[in-house]
Order: sequence, then C-alpha cells, then structure tokens
Amino acid sequence: MTYIAIFITYIFVNNFILSQFLGLCPFIGVSKNSESAIGMGMAVTFVMGIASIMTYLVYHLVLLPLNLVYLQTLSFILVIAALVQFVELIVQKNSPALYQALGIFLPLITTNCAVLGIAIMNINENYNLMESFSAGVAAGLGFTLALILMSNIRERLDLHPVRKAYSGVPIAFISGGLMALAFMAFDKSLLTNLLG
Amino acid sequence: MNIFFAFLIIATLGLLLGFALAIAAQKFAVQKDERAEQILEILPGANCGACGYPGCNGYAVALSKGEAANGLCSPGGPKTSALVAEILGIADEGVGERMVAYVHCRGNHEITQRDYKYEGVEECSAAYMLFQGDSSCKYGCLHLGSCIQVCPTDAIYRDEKGNVTVNADLCIGCRKCTLVCPTNVIKMIPARGSHAIACNSNDKGPFVRKVCSVGCIGCMICERKYPESGCVVTNFLAQIDYEQPMTQIAEAAEACPTKCIVVAK
Repeated sequence: MTYIAIFITYIFVNNFILSQFLGLCPFIGVSKNSESAIGMGMAVTFVMGIASIMTYLVYHLVLLPLNLVYLQTLSFILVIAALVQFVELIVQKNSPALYQALGIFLPLITTNCAVLGIAIMNINENYNLMESFSAGVAAGLGFTLALILMSNIRERLDLHPVRKAYSGVPIAFISGGLMALAFMAFDKSLLTNLLG
Repeated sequence: MNIFFAFLIIATLGLLLGFALAIAAQKFAVQKDERAEQILEILPGANCGACGYPGCNGYAVALSKGEAANGLCSPGGPKTSALVAEILGIADEGVGERMVAYVHCRGNHEITQRDYKYEGVEECSAAYMLFQGDSSCKYGCLHLGSCIQVCPTDAIYRDEKGNVTVNADLCIGCRKCTLVCPTNVIKMIPARGSHAIACNSNDKGPFVRKVCSVGCIGCMICERKYPESGCVVTNFLAQIDYEQPMTQIAEAAEACPTKCIVVAK
C-alpha cells in the first residue's frame, strides 16, 4: 500500500515540475518534440532511481554513523554528478541517436535540482531503501509525464498563430503554468479517497 | 578533528567515484573512426540532408564505413568530393551536374483565379488539404512559402510581384523545398539552363486560359516551329529537355503566346 501511495504522490500530487517547480530547465529546453522528451524523461527517471539508492546508502552507511549529516548536500551532489557522467557514457555507447537528441541536456541533469530534490526528500521522509528507490522512479515518471504532456502541447502550438511577443518560450511557460493549475486538483484528498 | 573527518570522507568519496568513472570510461569507450572526423571537417556543415543522411555527421560516418557513395554532397560540390576521395583513398567520380531548384509558376493571386479565400495556417500542406489549395490551378504555387521556411540558405524569396522565386546563386541543391512542396511545382533544373517553363499545369489549354493568363496552354508552337529549342509538350505542358542544344529557345520564348518560357536567372 505504501508503494502505491508513493507512486501516486510523486507522479500526481507532488509532481516535481507541475507542483514543486523543480527541474524547469529541461522542462522548457527538451519539450520541443515528444521523441526527445520521452528520451530525456527516461534518462532522468533512470538517474533519479539510481541516485535515490546511492544517496540512501551514502547517507545511512557513511554520513549517519560518522555524525556528518551536515555534509548531506555536498556529498549528494558529488554522487549525482558521477552518476550522470556514468549514464552519459552508457547512452553514448548504446544509443548514439538518443545521445545526439538529448545533446547538452544530458550533462545538465547533473545540475537538475529535481534529482537533488528527490534525494533530500527521501531522507526527510525517512524512507527505507526500497521506498527511496520507488520514490525516485515515481518522481522520474512524474517528470516524464509532465515533459510528454508539454511536448505534445508545444507541437500543437507550433501550428497555431501565436503573437510574436509570446511565441516560443513565453507561451510555453504560460501553458506550463496552466498545466500546473490543473495539477493542483491532485492533492492529499486524492490519496485519502483512493487508499482510505 | 571533525573538519578533518569531513575532509577525509568527501575526498575518499570523490576519489572512489573518480576511479569508478575512469574504469567505466575505458569499458564503455566508443571507438571513433578518425577518417569520419576528418571528413566531417571537410563537409560544408550545412546539415541540409541532400545526401540522404541525417546531417553532415551521419554522412561522414557512413562514408568512413564505406556504406555511402562519395559525391552525394551537392552543397560541397566537386571540391568536397575530391577531398573526401583523397581521405578515403578512392577514385573521385565527381558530383554530377549542379542542379538548382526552380519554381515552375508565375501565377500569383492577381494573375490566377481563386476558388475560395484561404485563411488558415500559413503552411502550403495545410492549404493543400482544402481542395488542393485556394488557387483554381491545382498544379501551381500556393504562395504560402513553406519552401521559404525550410530553405537552409535563404535562397527562396518572394519577388516584388509576390511570386515565390529561387535565387540560383544561393541554392545548394539540397532538394528540401521540392520535398515540402505539396503541388511539386518546385523542380530541379541544371544550373546552366538559360530558360525554364514557368508553368506546371497539366490542364487542357482552354481551362488554363480561363483561370490563368501566364500558364502553358499546350499549343505546341515551341515544339513544332522551333524544333531546336529543346521544348517538348507532354500532357498539355511544355518541358525543356536540357540535354538538347537549345539554340532556338530565345525565339521560342518570344513566340510563346502566354510568354511562359522565361529566362531562368
């Protein structure tokens, strides 16, 4: 039951982009077409899942026993940066096309606050290892969902006459804001209604 | 003491991760062909797709693997194909003749009748979906300029009469405009061709006369009276065979009743 609650929480209620406003850079940058949006979403989901496990281990096996909890942010950034480099190597080896499509945004996952966000949230929520991992994956899926929705909207926007001052990024931000309003409908009451 | 610990932990963590990455980098190293990178430097970098590969990089990789034929790069021309042949150590076969795009239509909205007034998206393919465009002539230019949008070198423009025109000097022959044009009114002609037929209509003469004053009516004057002009009429439309000597083309252009044989440049 907790896992279902975690998934619903991080995909809908606490969607990283549309209700926590984390990771807006790739949300605008990679949402021009749905193909690269899906690729970016998958890459972020992968990084978030692995980062959740790694940061959990670093926190509970190294920082907590040595009483160095204040190093949390610093060490998490270190772990995430290394992870992203690793993912970049794998993607370049296995899927050059995806590597080209993601371009600069793959290394930019390093500085994506959503990844650091889920790592710190896991600690704050006192999740265990499996719960942390599923929270990471769920947050990544929520990120992917927002990215895919946005890319579909932007593909349609491309075909519509938009005033010059609004065309491009401004109209994307306005659409994103409206989507965030719609996502406000998912709140804690959704969880209580579904799971009792 | 505490600071020392903190320093030690972060340093070890960094070192460990660094080592892990170094090992992974070795293991997942992507082998790159040096020749592909050399070829990529020679290619014009227009990423126009005229060769049929996704951008210059795709073509360079395919060339280095021997999967692609040399000389497909029309923007680079014979110079590029010679340099590529040198790198690959193969004989240079040249790129063939330089072809440029030409819009075979001069019927702007004042000249050609319209069936209805189109007020939709500024996109030729969208207009084409509605009864094959607003123009009464279903073979001509729709004047919404989808080709202007896709042209990588900005060689296509609207002239003072509103006709979509290709600047042959800027055209790199990538054929993107011929692919995006729904009526296929843009076709490739050899860059050396002095004249072109400014009409694409296969409609019969009387209908062409009714809807457009500058269309080819298929009267065959150019073909019959000036056999050396290179003009051939098929399906009520004159076409120039650029392989012919074309010595009488100027006279034929003069005699054409609708003056649709025009100077190409």
